[in-house]
Amino acid sequence: MKLNERAINTVVLLGLLALPLYALVVDEPFTITLVTRAVILALAAVGLNIVLGIGGLVSFGHALFFGIGGYAMGILAYHAQTYTTLNLGFFSTGGTKLMPVIWLVAMTVSAIVAYVIGKLTLRTSGVYFIMITLAFAQMFYYFTISWAQYGGEDGLSIYIRNDFPGLNTLVPIQFFAICFVILCSVLFLYARLQASPFGLALNATRQSATRVEAVGLDPMKLKLLAFVISGAVTGLAGALFADLNRFVSPTMFSWQLSGELIVLIIIGGVGRLMGPVIGACVFVALEHFLGGLTSFWHIYLGVILLCIVLFARGGILGLLTGKEGAHV
Amino acid sequence: MSDPILATHGLSKRFGALQATDDVSIDLRAGEIHAIIGPNGAGKSTLIKQICGGLVPDAGTVSLLGRDISGLSTGARAQAGLGRTFQISELAMEDTVLENAVLGALGARASPWSFWTRALGRTDLTERAKSGLDRVGLLDQQDMIVANLSHGQRRQLEVAVSLTLSPKAFIMDEPMAGLGAEGSKTMTSFLDGLREEAPILLVEHDMDAVFALADRISVLVYGRIIATGTADQIRNDAQVREAYLGEEA
Ligand SMILES: Nc1ncnc2c1ncn2[C@@H]1O[C@H](COP(=O)(O)OP(=O)(O)O)[C@@H](O)[C@H]1O
Ligand SMILES: [Mg+2]
Repeated sequence: MKLNERAINTVVLLGLLALPLYALVVDEPFTITLVTRAVILALAAVGLNIVLGIGGLVSFGHALFFGIGGYAMGILAYHAQTYTTLNLGFFSTGGTKLMPVIWLVAMTVSAIVAYVIGKLTLRTSGVYFIMITLAFAQMFYYFTISWAQYGGEDGLSIYIRNDFPGLNTLVPIQFFAICFVILCSVLFLYARLQASPFGLALNATRQSATRVEAVGLDPMKLKLLAFVISGAVTGLAGALFADLNRFVSPTMFSWQLSGELIVLIIIGGVGRLMGPVIGACVFVALEHFLGGLTSFWHIYLGVILLCIVLFARGGILGLLTGKEGAHV
Repeated sequence: MSDPILATHGLSKRFGALQATDDVSIDLRAGEIHAIIGPNGAGKSTLIKQICGGLVPDAGTVSLLGRDISGLSTGARAQAGLGRTFQISELAMEDTVLENAVLGALGARASPWSFWTRALGRTDLTERAKSGLDRVGLLDQQDMIVANLSHGQRRQLEVAVSLTLSPKAFIMDEPMAGLGAEGSKTMTSFLDGLREEAPILLVEHDMDAVFALADRISVLVYGRIIATGTADQIRNDAQVREAYLGEEA
């Protein structure tokens, strides 16, 4: 098959928009929430796709940033809803229920953590990099389990969804709109980034770091910046995910989630603009339709993944466009 | 005599029991092609790695335009003016020919920190890239994916990328390798003109090319320079004939 990738991308985005609108008309709010979930997972995976797809870095710990975003939301909203003070020593605050502020905090903290971890891990490659990123995410996972102040293993419930000026975020379609606009904006930024000089150099780093060095550029710096941007995007998705569920718990840091983010990128198409989005749609659809029938639905996901790895190296997008795309 | 563009001073490198580089001091002067020849495993590529970065010598220094660059990273040495081509092509295989050349242009500008402009829409980058491609005769292939190029075309692209850097010195590791007779000839006449732009340190196996091109030749055997001289001097050097040319003939 040889379909135009732009056309497919447009159809997918329009479909993502049309489905909740249809659900609104026929009054099925659960469908809206389901699509919102897909949109947020897609956003997290778009973040991962920056390092995985363009940079070729198999981060098996991206749930770390997802979790940080979730806890940034949880902690800020928790203090706001209990009227308690969050004291950081140099700074104290009563928390906030304002989404834009929460997003900013989620992205900033994720970016800082990504910088530190990137500095420590990017010298390694292959299996070592996979294991070290996994280890960092697990560290945070176990830390939050023992973090009694914020619910420990049970997590934190946030009773009322956070606010966005001018909108009623508890109305599913309005919260969906927020997430959808963010996803589209980030996709736009991703496309710009990929075509930019930075994107070209990062893409070359994946293929031959030796070549990049030989033209006088520093592959380490390119990868580090990509990791920081990537972490911030996935962190933002985490904050939205926590707001969707009005709940945050250590499972947001779980290695299963890190693995799922990788899997859905592979299913959709590694390094491609809409690969993560298509993968997230497939993932959430499977989870919904098969998850109701059998608790072993992950097996079907595994079968799909296996078929794609064996027969369609470019994922669903590769299959549809007839172009393989990035090799990691 | 003017100062050399590039010089090594007493470079030495040992791999376990093997002395891969043994007190090598060579220089590269403006306008010349200085060829390094020697049998397989003599340590030519190892020497180049120490000059360009990537392999730290046990002893010795490298200087470019009188400045000691031994402490610099590979990237910083390229920024300082070393234009290297690899024995085995190091290219972004999934990218187009033009994108590879634009990467070089980006390196020459030392600025990949641009996130909003389109790399292929930046005429400052693409003009430089295309002029490099044009000079090696690859302009018509600019939109081809590198993986689909012939071996010879990849060798040409290696050279084109180094051209985009406008280096102070070219360091070329076997640019003729696998080119075939016709390709070798074209490359030879191209390098012949290139030395005016910047001198070339040329590691090459193709003896016809070396004797046709080189202003000076150094012979490397077991990591050690056993002779340096003009083509005629090297041809008639008894030690060289015994150690190297004799074997070949
Ligand atoms: N990283 C390394 N570790 C150990 N030995 C090496 C290494 N790199 C090269 N060598 C050895 O050093 C010698 C010189 O290799 P090389 O510089 O590639 O030779 P040439 O390019 O002249 O053919 C060879 O015997 C090779 O096996
Ligand atoms: Mg060699």
